[in-house]
Amino acid sequence: MNAIAPAGRSLAPFEARLAGLHDSQRKAAAGDLARVGLPGPRVEAWHYTNLRALSAHSFTEPDARFDEQAAHAALEALFPKGSALEKLPRLVLVNGRLAAGLSSSAASLPAGVSCLSFASSPEFGTLAAPQRDPLVALNTALASDGVRLSVASGVNAGQIVLVSLALSSSGTVSFHPRHSVALGAGASLTLIEIAAGDDASDLYFHNPVLTCSVAEKAHFEHVKLQREAGDAIHLATVYADIASHATYESFVLGLGAALARHEVHAGLSGTHAAVHVNGAQLLGDAQVGDITSVIMHGAPDCISRQTVRNVLTDRARAVFQGKVLVERVAQKTDGYQMNQALLLSPGAEIDAKPELEIYADDVRCSHGATVGALDEEQLFYLRSRGIADAQARRILVEAFLIEATELVQNEAARDFLDGELARALVKRVTTGESLS
Amino acid sequence: MTVVTDIKRKQDLCRDVAETSGVKKMSELLKISGLHASIDADGTPKEILRGVDLVIPPGEVHAIMGPNGCGKSTLSYVLAGREEYEVTAGSVSFIGRDLLAMEPEERAAAGLFLAFQSPVELPGVNNANFLRTAVNAVRRARGETELDAVGFLKAVRAATKNLSMSDDMLKRNVNVGFSGGEKKRNEVLQMTMLQPKLAILDETDSGLDVDALRIVAEGVRNLRSPDFSALVITHHQRLLDYLGPDRIHVMARGRIVRSGGPELAKQIDVEGYASFLAEAA
Repeated sequence: MNAIAPAGRSLAPFEARLAGLHDSQRKAAAGDLARVGLPGPRVEAWHYTNLRALSAHSFTEPDARFDEQAAHAALEALFPKGSALEKLPRLVLVNGRLAAGLSSSAASLPAGVSCLSFASSPEFGTLAAPQRDPLVALNTALASDGVRLSVASGVNAGQIVLVSLALSSSGTVSFHPRHSVALGAGASLTLIEIAAGDDASDLYFHNPVLTCSVAEKAHFEHVKLQREAGDAIHLATVYADIASHATYESFVLGLGAALARHEVHAGLSGTHAAVHVNGAQLLGDAQVGDITSVIMHGAPDCISRQTVRNVLTDRARAVFQGKVLVERVAQKTDGYQMNQALLLSPGAEIDAKPELEIYADDVRCSHGATVGALDEEQLFYLRSRGIADAQARRILVEAFLIEATELVQNEAARDFLDGELARALVKRVTTGESLS
Repeated sequence: MTVVTDIKRKQDLCRDVAETSGVKKMSELLKISGLHASIDADGTPKEILRGVDLVIPPGEVHAIMGPNGCGKSTLSYVLAGREEYEVTAGSVSFIGRDLLAMEPEERAAAGLFLAFQSPVELPGVNNANFLRTAVNAVRRARGETELDAVGFLKAVRAATKNLSMSDDMLKRNVNVGFSGGEKKRNEVLQMTMLQPKLAILDETDSGLDVDALRIVAEGVRNLRSPDFSALVITHHQRLLDYLGPDRIHVMARGRIVRSGGPELAKQIDVEGYASFLAEAA
C-alpha cells in the first residue's frame, strides 16, 4: 500500500471477533485486513458495489443451535419429494456450520469421494495468498466450518448438493464458511451449491470462500443458486486452479439478497484447459447483484467462456466485471465474454466492465454487452395468441434467462435452476412487481 | 387525444346496442366502418388507412388484394390490436363487440386470429409450451375447461399430422431456426388449435413452394365451417384457387376501392392494379 492508497472501510462490524483470534494464520489474515480495511468505493474492484451496508451493523457469531423443524421445512421446500435433487447426496450447513444430522452420511457418498468438515480439520486450501482479497482475509480470520471434498483420480463422483441455510437467529450474524473441492486426475463432479435464506430472519452476512483444484483431465461442474433472504448480504469468492485438459464449468443464478457478489478467480495453468463462468440474475426492489470474474490464461490453447444475463426491475442494479488476463505464454487463447441485460424499469441499472489484458500475440478474445427492454414485437405476438400482457412479459423474461441456464450441462441441476427461476418470476408477478 | 376518446365512447354505446341485438351478429361477423389509422413516422403521424369499409359475414372467405404499401398489413395489425398504430377515426365491430376497445389478448379470446406475414421468433420459448399456454388462455377466457398435458398432446398431434409437421417442431423454440415454410405452417397450426371465428392470413402464401402452399391451404380449408371466416391477404391467384373465396376486395391507398366476386382476382392477375390505382387517386 502506498501513501495515497485510500483507507478502507472500518472493521468495526467484526472488531470483537477479530481481536480474539489465536491461530497464527488467522491472526496474519486479520492483520492484513486491518492494514487495508474492507474495500471502499475507491478500490477499483469495488467501485460499483458498495459495502456501506456492512458498516451499519455489528456482526456476531451465530448460535450453534438452530430450529431443526425449520431446517427440515426449508430442505423440503428446496427438494420436494420425488424431485431429482432429493435423492442426491447432500451436505448441509446451517448458519455456517455443517449439520451432520441433515447431511448424507459419509458412507452414502460414492466410493472415491471423501468429505471432511473444516471444523474438524481446518485447512485453508491451496491459495498462495489467502489474505490477498479483503473478503477472503475476513473469511480466513473468521471461518468456523465448511466442507472439504475430494474426489480420487479417475472417479466419477456424480452429483453432490451443498446447501447453506440461513435460519432465523437472534441478532445480526455473519458466517464465513470455508469450502474446498479437489478433483484428482480424470475425476469428475457436479457440485450443486445452494445458498438459501429465510425471509423472516434477521439481517445476516454470508461470506463463503471456495477453493477448487481441478487436476489434469478432470471435469468440475459447479452450479450455484443464490437465494438468500431479502435483506441478506452475500459476498462469495471462488478460486479455481485448472490443470491441463481439465475444465471448470460454473454457473450462478442470483435471485436473492439485498447485496450479493459472486467473484470467481480462475487460473488456467495447463494447456487445453477450459473455464466457463456463466450466470444469470433476476433482481428487483433495490437489490444489487454483482458477478465478477478474473480469468488468468497462464498456458497455451486454453478456452474461457463467460455468458451472463441479467433481468432488472424497479431500482435493481447489476454489476458485471470480467477481467481476462492472457500471459505471454498463453498463445492460441480463445476467450469470450458476453453480458446482456433486460432493463424493465427506468430505475434499473447495469454496470458492465469488461477488461482484457493480453500479453500474447496469437489469441482470440472477444467481449460484448447488450442492454435493452422487452421486444415489443415478441410481446404482441404472444398477446395476439390470447396470452395476457403480464403472462406474456413473464414468458419473455423467463425465456431470456433460460437461454442462459441452458448453458448448464447437468440436466438435474439445470431443471432445478429453471424451476427456481419460474417460481421467482411468479412471485414477482403475483406480488405486483411490474415487469413492464 | 380527446377526439379518439369521444369516438371510443360512441363505440361503447354502439356495442351496447349491438350486444342486445342478436340478429345483427348473424349477418356481420366483422364490420369495419370508415377506419382511419396512422403510424408515427419520426414524430409526425403518417396516415395509412384512409377510410376502410368492409363487412365479412360468418362462414365466408374474403380476400384483400392490392399493391405493396396500400395498407393491407396495417389493416391486419390494427384489427389484431398492435399498439403502434393509432386509430384516428372509424369503428370496427366483431361479433357485435367494439373490437378497437379490446386488448390484443381479448381479441384472440373473442375469436380473432392473425397469421403473421413474418412470424416472430421467440428464443427460449418452447413451441409446445407456448401453444398450450395460448390454447388454455383462450379456453379459460371462453369459459371452457383447460386442456391437460395429455389432452393437449392428443389435439396437437392430430393437428400437426394434418399439416405434415414433425414432432420435432414442437420441441424447438418458437419459430427459431424454422424455414419460411415451417414458420407459415406453425402459424396455421396455431390457428387450428386456437379455433378462431375469423382468421386473417397476412400473405401466408408468400415464400412458399407449391407443396407447402397446398398444405397451408388445406389447413385453412379444414377449418371452413359456418362458424369460421377468413380474410386472406395475398398477391397470388394460386392460394385463392385452393380456398375459393366468396368475395375479393381491392385495396389501394388505404381504402377498399372495389369489391366483387372471384372473377375480380382473375382480372387483377391479368391486368394488374393500374386501373384500381387510377380509381383511388
